[in-house]
Amino acid sequence: MSEALNLSINDVLVEKIRQQGAESYPNECCGALLGRDTGAEGKSTRTAREVLEIFPLVNRREDSPRNRFFVTAEDAHDADKAAQAQGLDLIGWYHSHPDHPAKPSEYDREHAWPWYSYIIVSVQNGNPRDMTSWRLQDDRSAFAAEEVAIRKSSQGLSEVQAAGGRAWPYV
Amino acid sequence: MAVRVMIPTPLRVYAGKRDSAEFRAGTVGEALAQLTGEFDDLRRHLFTDDGNLRSFVNVYVNGEDIRYLAKEETPTKDGDTISIIPSIAGGSCR
Repeated sequence: MSEALNLSINDVLVEKIRQQGAESYPNECCGALLGRDTGAEGKSTRTAREVLEIFPLVNRREDSPRNRFFVTAEDAHDADKAAQAQGLDLIGWYHSHPDHPAKPSEYDREHAWPWYSYIIVSVQNGNPRDMTSWRLQDDRSAFAAEEVAIRKSSQGLSEVQAAGGRAWPYV
Repeated sequence: MAVRVMIPTPLRVYAGKRDSAEFRAGTVGEALAQLTGEFDDLRRHLFTDDGNLRSFVNVYVNGEDIRYLAKEETPTKDGDTISIIPSIAGGSCR
């Protein structure tokens, strides 16, 4: 995967994800990312992908919700229908890591598909901290970090908060 | 007429960007075998190295979950539609 991966999202949606993570603490939260992926089409070296809405979901994992999340196929289907109803695509998923870093676990890798963006927010003692985004590599061996640009929703200007997969403190 | 397999968006890149493919198959397992035979790069995302469907990969025939039918032995007939829908899982440990 040689092309740079990037994901654009506005600050209001970022705050919603972070708040959901805080409200769900000490359990994991989860939801779907709805938006558009116009694709590089072999011309650009950057994949244009933008989150335009989120679709919060219930963590269906009842036996260990503090370190696991589960979205049923039915809920995933509902998220897809919600995207279609808004003329968008289901481009990925988000979840929180309570009291753990915003890095994908081996369990995350085993249960992922490529192409989707996977946003992870770390929640420490109930407070949302770092947020990162990842995509599974074609050979399933590892996740590749996505560069995330957080747009100011009021100004529409891009403000790059992270690059190269480094976690960033949200300010 | 044949069995149509709908290919989910994240996996279309491994299937010539097609959103569906048609096969003559008598069971779900046969259809999936033909699908991954034609598009080999799809296989690892649907099946484990042991050849079992990955736990988060759900397969439906005309909207019916094959887990509640005969799993991969579920019979198919011309005109049936097979859908592949992931359940999403993850977590912070390991």
